[in-house]
Amino acid sequence: MNHDTIAAIATAMSNSGIGIVRISGEDAIPIVDKVFKSIKNDKKLANMQTHTIHYGYILDEEELIDEVMVLIMKGPNSYTKEDTVEIDCHGGILVVQRVLETVIKNGARCAEPGEFTKRAFLNGRIDLSQAEAVIDVINSKNKFALKNSLNQLKGSIHEEIIRIREILIYHIAFIESALDDPEHISLDGYNNQLVEVLDQVLDKLTVMLKKADDGKLLKEGIKTVIIGKPNVGKSSLLNYLVGEEKAIVTNIAGTTRDIIEENININGVSLNIIDTAGIRETEDIVEKIGVEKSIRYANDADLIIYVVDSSTYLDENDEQIFKLLKDRKAIILLNKIDLDMLTTKKMIEEKTDNVVIPVSVKENDGIDSLGETIKNMFFHGKIEFNDEVYITNVRQKNLIKGAFESLKLVKNSVLDEMPEDFYSIDLMDAYEQLGQVIGEAVEDDLVNQIFSKFCMGK
Amino acid sequence: MSTLIENYDIVVVGAGHAGCEAALACSRLGLETIIFTVSVESIALMPCNPNIGGSSKGHLVREIDALGGEMGKNIDKTFIQSKMLNKSKGPAVHSLRAQADKAEYSKSMRMVLENTDHLTIKQAEVTEIVVEDGIIRGVKTFSGAIYNCKAVVLCTGTYLSSRCLYGEVINYTGPNGLQAANYLSDSLKKNGIEMFRFKTGTPARIDKRSIDFSKMEEQFGDEKVVPFSFDTKPQEVQIEQESCWLTYTNEKTHEIIKDNLDRSPIYAGIIEGTGPRYCPSIEDKVVKFADKSRHQVFLEPEGLYTNEMYVGGMSSSLPEDVQYKMYRSVSGLENAKIVKNGYAIEYDCINARQLNPTLEFKHIKGLFSGGQFNGSSGYEEAAAQGLIAGINAALNVLGKEMIVIDRSQAYIGVLIDDLVTKENREPYRMMTSRAEYRLLLRQDNAIFRLAGIGNKVGLVNDEKYKHILELEKKIKEEIERLENTFVGTSDEVLELLDKYESTPLNSGTDLAELIKRPELSYDVIAPIDKNREILDEKITEQVNIQIKYEGYIKRQLKQVEQFKKIEKKKIPENFDFNQINGLRIEAKQKLNLFKPVSIGQASRISGVTPADISVLLVFMEQLRNRNQ
Repeated sequence: MNHDTIAAIATAMSNSGIGIVRISGEDAIPIVDKVFKSIKNDKKLANMQTHTIHYGYILDEEELIDEVMVLIMKGPNSYTKEDTVEIDCHGGILVVQRVLETVIKNGARCAEPGEFTKRAFLNGRIDLSQAEAVIDVINSKNKFALKNSLNQLKGSIHEEIIRIREILIYHIAFIESALDDPEHISLDGYNNQLVEVLDQVLDKLTVMLKKADDGKLLKEGIKTVIIGKPNVGKSSLLNYLVGEEKAIVTNIAGTTRDIIEENININGVSLNIIDTAGIRETEDIVEKIGVEKSIRYANDADLIIYVVDSSTYLDENDEQIFKLLKDRKAIILLNKIDLDMLTTKKMIEEKTDNVVIPVSVKENDGIDSLGETIKNMFFHGKIEFNDEVYITNVRQKNLIKGAFESLKLVKNSVLDEMPEDFYSIDLMDAYEQLGQVIGEAVEDDLVNQIFSKFCMGK
Repeated sequence: MSTLIENYDIVVVGAGHAGCEAALACSRLGLETIIFTVSVESIALMPCNPNIGGSSKGHLVREIDALGGEMGKNIDKTFIQSKMLNKSKGPAVHSLRAQADKAEYSKSMRMVLENTDHLTIKQAEVTEIVVEDGIIRGVKTFSGAIYNCKAVVLCTGTYLSSRCLYGEVINYTGPNGLQAANYLSDSLKKNGIEMFRFKTGTPARIDKRSIDFSKMEEQFGDEKVVPFSFDTKPQEVQIEQESCWLTYTNEKTHEIIKDNLDRSPIYAGIIEGTGPRYCPSIEDKVVKFADKSRHQVFLEPEGLYTNEMYVGGMSSSLPEDVQYKMYRSVSGLENAKIVKNGYAIEYDCINARQLNPTLEFKHIKGLFSGGQFNGSSGYEEAAAQGLIAGINAALNVLGKEMIVIDRSQAYIGVLIDDLVTKENREPYRMMTSRAEYRLLLRQDNAIFRLAGIGNKVGLVNDEKYKHILELEKKIKEEIERLENTFVGTSDEVLELLDKYESTPLNSGTDLAELIKRPELSYDVIAPIDKNREILDEKITEQVNIQIKYEGYIKRQLKQVEQFKKIEKKKIPENFDFNQINGLRIEAKQKLNLFKPVSIGQASRISGVTPADISVLLVFMEQLRNRNQ
């Protein structure tokens, strides 16, 4: 039925950093064979029996990605009734993502939301009476993916893609107008101009892909919120973690009135970190909005970093924050230990079960153990978040890569002196793929553009 | 009162380009057919531009020809200039365009109709369709006569409730002052058919003797003319050709137009119909592209035995006095005498989503339609639909399975699918950019793509089809031979490469690899291809193209494979999409409106998402299993 091979991360990424990449379809086994090396380098998965497990490594060309267990299930004895391979990865979220990317690079394609279930159904694996349930899975997964792809993509990336698409459609429309009405519109001398445009766009996409590699494309990662009373050093902490001055740091309480958001990577764990306005009773309207926002963000967060100033006494505001922390994953940073200590680690531990780490952000003292603690919490399953985020990331990155490749083909066609009508085929591919990144379907964009931008004959 | 009652297998309403193809297809398939026209003088009339073909339209003509239609043969007999457009570009966008002798074109087509067995021509206005229980039974004419039949093909063009306008003047006529059809629309509406109002326009015709051609650039036809039809021998079309002439509008022309915009029926809001954006009036061009200081104007002869010249690029519905001023401001037209004024025409047509891809109405069995009536524009678009509507009307009457040509098979497929699947808000014109598989849908291979269908239907005879299959076989063999013929780095080879500034070879290679080089071709490498047989040009052309663009062609073939998969998944007739709970409301509404016949068609309806398609697939699978 469906012969192309799909892949996705099959587990929620929370549980202890183990993740399963599942591949299903005609080429599932040959594809994994291309990237899997058994421990003695003596096995070809294609020759192995169904329902067997194999130990080895996943390699992206020469680079070792992870030590894995590979489970082979030949159709029809699998969930989808197709040949299916599951790769059990151990190296944490980023590694699972890399494994998925490697598999895709070798010929699988990113599964649509709910596609495994859809295939299982269409291949007769799931009882027909459950069609409604299958539809629900597709719908809910899709809704989530859609929400994610829109919410997760950074605003600046979104705008950049829109700009690039406008450039592309303009040029496609120009070429097509000239093909349609060669007596009115000429393509003489156009090639040089197109190559220039292509180079610019290719550069932009290269930067974008680089960002994707660094995980900076999406607002992905563990949603982490820094909270605390005013002027306890929240912004200093953020700046330290980010490595640049993002938040304004003054000694005036209440300086951060907006929310500042950054993506960072601590010990291999990606955090989407948010600095908030300090929480305290306030009459200042603007600050009040900031404080309310902070509380809302904290309620939404996967992880809360609560910064306490050890050189002051705990007060009602702290009491309020401790209430906020109840049943939440949190780390308490006891900051400013370089000053006289009025609040101690012990005093806080009496009020909460969460980890307390004494640090001095200013003196760069103790912060390393913050990273360690986050990593440990994450890999021991104490912090959870949805796997679709990562799949979305891989999907989008792949689309951008696809667009990049298509534009390279255009450039080659120009340099090879192919006729102009070949350019627009690959330009359109790029346009479509970028459209998918931002969730836009191609409708009559081209025809509309042709008519509105170029004056046609008769 | 007694009335005339006649019986036919098939009734075709209208004898324009769609009607002619429809009627010929039906009668050639052996069915008693009658074709109605308001005037026999207007059979195959070309009321607008005097040419056939052009970008993507030339493809349509070749496809019509491959399926056994008449348009290609008729223009080959009556053209007065011919040009292959886009010759410097890729083979997919080469497009043939011929200037026609309009009167000859019309006369020649009329003779074909008159001499076709089983075909009756009748001058009368059809005023009603007769429908019983959702099945077509016949038509009624203005005189009250009844024509019973098993199928009707509506090809009313721009005649339904039409009116022509220039400035404040309104004539309630069809094109060129011909009688409009003022009753049929009401009958169609009564039978539940949803109508639209579209408009289009045409420029003035100017007396040749009043034109100063010395101020214009002469435009010649091709030195070596290629015929449209597979059956026309190339030597038959090497005739002496007429020229066209190029001139330009100028700032003064634009000023005249701008000063009188308030008197344009479109800008004054008198016209309600939607006009085509690709065929803008000169008023539109001046307003929308205000930064352009001049627009091209082509003077094209309307025929050999008339002095009328068509003013291409300057269609207008401005008042008569403004038209005179405007045309006379153009270089070379200072003393122009206008034979016919330019005008805009408004007419009734249908929302084509009421049709199946067979061009049969979804809710009236046996009723088919084609041409401008379906919301398209252009002679070629009309003829293509007329042919398919006619073929299917005939197959339906014969109790055979109707044909649907899909988007991967022909421009005709793209045209019809777009018409019945998309929301068309203006008269639809074919464009190469609308065909997603255009590298496969070339005008040069139309015969190979479609002759099989034409043969199966019965419009292409076995002998001709056998000949085409033979050619195909030879093409394949020749490609294989070239892929397996190796040349080394001999002096002769290197000299040839050097002659065409092609990179010298380091080691041996096969000839196909050499043909792939942009600067080389099948013909060019002949001297180093020692075992080459002399082959028909129809073969060598295909060999060259298929080798040169192999990579791209393979890619598109792969995409077609994907496309066919969901295109094959059918949706039952009259399926109620509301019963699928998992579908979004917008998707349900759109699907119920368009009633797609396949999942593939559903996926092309705007507002239906890939997730909706997944849901649809799952549901249909369940339905299929339940029914087994």
